[in-house]
Amino acid sequence: MKVILRIQRYNPEKDTEPYYQEFTLEAGDDKVRILDLLHEAKWKYDGTLTFRRSCAHGVCGSDGIRINGRNRLACSTLLRDVNYRKPIVIEPLPSTAIIKDLVVDMSDFYKKYEAVKPYLVNNSPPPEHERLQSNEDAEKLFESAKCILCACCTTSCPSSWSDQNYIGPAALLKAYRFAFDTRDDAGDERLDVVDTPDGAWRCHTIFNCVEACPKEINITWHISQLKKRLAQREM
Amino acid sequence: MTKHQYDVLIIGAGGAGLRAALEIPEGFSCAVLSKVFPTRSHTGAAQGGIGAALGNEEEDSWEWHMFDTVKGSDYLGDQDAIEIMTKDAIRAIIELEHMGMPFSRTPEGKIAQRRFGGHTKPENPSDPDSKRIAVKRSCYSADRTGHVMLHTLYENCIKQKVHFFSEYFVTDLIMSGDACAGVVAMDIATSEVHVFHAKAVMLATGGYGRVYRITSNAHVGTGDGFAAVYNNGLPLQDMEFVQFHPTGLWKLGILISEAARGEGGILLNNTGERFMERYAPTVKDLAPRDMVSRAILTEIREGRGIKGSDGTYYVNLDVSHLPKEIIDDKLPEITGFARTYLGVEPTKEPIPVQPTAHYAMGGIPTTPDAEVTKDKKKTIVPGLYAAGEAACVSVHGGNRLGTNSLLDLIVFGRRGGKAIARFIGETDFAPLPTDAADRTLSKIDRIRNSKGKEKPGALRLELQEKMMEKVGIFRNEKELTEMTVEMKSLRERYQNISIDDKGVVFNTDLMEALELGNLIDTAEAITHSALARQESRGAHSREDYPARDDKKWLKHTLIYKADAAPKLDYKPVSITRFQPKERKY
Ligand SMILES: Cc1cc2nc3c(=O)[nH]c(=O)nc-3n(C[C@H](O)[C@H](O)[C@H](O)COP(=O)(O)OP(=O)(O)OC[C@H]3O[C@@H](n4cnc5c(N)ncnc54)[C@H](O)[C@@H]3O)c2cc1C
Ligand code: SF4
Ligand code: SF4
Ligand code: FES
Repeated sequence: MKVILRIQRYNPEKDTEPYYQEFTLEAGDDKVRILDLLHEAKWKYDGTLTFRRSCAHGVCGSDGIRINGRNRLACSTLLRDVNYRKPIVIEPLPSTAIIKDLVVDMSDFYKKYEAVKPYLVNNSPPPEHERLQSNEDAEKLFESAKCILCACCTTSCPSSWSDQNYIGPAALLKAYRFAFDTRDDAGDERLDVVDTPDGAWRCHTIFNCVEACPKEINITWHISQLKKRLAQREM
Repeated sequence: MTKHQYDVLIIGAGGAGLRAALEIPEGFSCAVLSKVFPTRSHTGAAQGGIGAALGNEEEDSWEWHMFDTVKGSDYLGDQDAIEIMTKDAIRAIIELEHMGMPFSRTPEGKIAQRRFGGHTKPENPSDPDSKRIAVKRSCYSADRTGHVMLHTLYENCIKQKVHFFSEYFVTDLIMSGDACAGVVAMDIATSEVHVFHAKAVMLATGGYGRVYRITSNAHVGTGDGFAAVYNNGLPLQDMEFVQFHPTGLWKLGILISEAARGEGGILLNNTGERFMERYAPTVKDLAPRDMVSRAILTEIREGRGIKGSDGTYYVNLDVSHLPKEIIDDKLPEITGFARTYLGVEPTKEPIPVQPTAHYAMGGIPTTPDAEVTKDKKKTIVPGLYAAGEAACVSVHGGNRLGTNSLLDLIVFGRRGGKAIARFIGETDFAPLPTDAADRTLSKIDRIRNSKGKEKPGALRLELQEKMMEKVGIFRNEKELTEMTVEMKSLRERYQNISIDDKGVVFNTDLMEALELGNLIDTAEAITHSALARQESRGAHSREDYPARDDKKWLKHTLIYKADAAPKLDYKPVSITRFQPKERKY
């Protein structure tokens, strides 16, 4: 069957502003990935079409893009997940600087991730064996540890759009990941980073991020746990 | 052209590269170059676990782990290196835990472990010769072990303020006389070529799965490190040993980890028979990968495969009989893949699978301290190191056991880092040749300005299809010879490729064209090494030489690039504790 991808293009060496280009492509069935179609367009028709990708099965976080107005991974979205009877609109993640076509500048996203001290801080000398942790406590971290840093959440968040300094859901999720690790001693050092108007308190629980997350992480729940921890700290 | 100088350069930000970076002491400058952002490295795709005889779930010992690894390698693994790895495994896992890696836990709060293919213990621990049964040795974090390991290592690099050059594509090594003096790299964002001068370089560039059409590997797995070495007159080792993982999603190759079988999943043919009982009566579905892949292909060839909608065949992997908690808690990711990509509900129906190109047992020959060697006398190349899937220590020999790669990364990544730390303290910079970047610049120039009619995408697909067909799981002289002829013509046609994108900003068209050159070099080394080895051992299975031949072939292959055809040489295997025996499970 034939499907049409309507792709936003922008090459800073040539274009003054982005425009759309349609590619009519042959898809074997409705289980084809959008990433496969992007490859088809690039490899058969136009080698200048530019996007990032690596793993092709939703584990590396390279190919967050906007598909029919929703932030998703090109490699985890199949034709049958979208309305393919009409042209499928493909755009870069919103509210980020475009480098070329679907490739956006991720540096601000990474900077905010680094700001929350995304590593375990433990000040006691390591024991000879592993530090013990109950499976229950370990599992409290698993959902947040699933994050692949694809930026689908942060770039879909209205609070991020309106406040450039808002640290964003992905960084807050990472703060949860360590703040709720029974092995972590950072305490206030990390919580202080997110206990600001541009930190956890900027989140108004609008749930856009949860809807966007390809790993189905309930980000808002994690942020609310973080807020609770911050509130307890005040008291 | 920008020039940089660092004491140490680490190429690759997967598990091996990051672990090495953590060893470079303060006071020395170190940079990690990666063609993708570090957490996008393919280590993040590893699912099932990382092997170590912690004995948290049942009695285990590093000697049993060592024996399994030697036997799994079909006796081609170097036993001195395997001993180092399996002994150090325990410390290495504990260290990951201390770094913050989130593991699944036992009821006592220790690191949880599960069964995995080829990992066994004697049924009667006091009698080492008693029948071997599967043992819980794979330390895991649900089925996202590689993901959390990669993130933990990256997080520790942030903590230590390691310097990264992300989205830099390394195109060549800089050799200064006999020594390595740095690398040449292209900044993908701008296409600018940079020269990096260094005292020590470590290649941790991962595998080459994309040589084949059906693969579990990322698109960026194009064998760049292998090609860099091969094109600088240095050898590659044991390249004929390509691991096909038995359970890739049908048509796609996306991996369904052995963890699925470790937790109790079974393989079924078109009559619903659990066919592995015939091939490996003791460990059945948990036999090593080479055996299970051959068994699947044999079932299909003998008419017991299941025909799919497009006329190709598969077998079924059934986990539907497992308790729902096991599927949800221990295998969420991989059952998710079956749902997402094939529309199959694993709790109710079997998952269609086929073997998928998965892992490079061969690679850049190194000592157990990750020093690159260049001949059968193991002469060291000063300043050049390799670790991880790009390297061949060799701990995996003819066939790698599941969970042993992640282990290899952290054990030999660390040892390499330590060796580099010693080396840079004692050594000065080798002089930087003035023509260091010339080869890269002229290659880029040629591709950019070529009006040739070959397109990288089409040529790559042809290479991948032919490698599947002629250098796959079963091999023979006729097809391998045909492939060597194909390789020549592919190489010639590669000289005629042209690209659409003539720009400098984020030019992935150019990058893919350069990667294709690396795939061709790698495929050539695999094909010629495979043609020469006239026996069947581990993953190298010759229909015309079905038996293992220890008299003639208990040795490592070394292959060197040369004008007419590559040159081959051989190097002895280190055998310390276990004399070669027939490999039966
Ligand atoms: C789907 C899957 C599941 C697996 N599961 C397991 C498992 O459960 N247990 C296990 O032990 N093993 C497993 N493996 C194998 C294991 O994950 C890999 O062998 C291992 O992660 C490789 O790590 P690495 O550090 O060598 O390289 P990688 O993680 O592949 O990293 C390579 C790095 O090199 C960089 N690079 C490459 N070329 C260039 C270049 N030209 N210039 C600059 N940078 C470059 C890349 O950007 C990347 O950072 C699995 C493999 C796959 C594919
Ligand atoms: S819930 Fe919070 S983080 Fe998520 S989209 Fe809304 S404001 Fe943004
Ligand atoms: S939380 Fe989800 S959407 Fe956000 S970066 Fe992580 S994986 Fe992507
Ligand atoms: S390519 Fe890795 S997440 Fe899509």
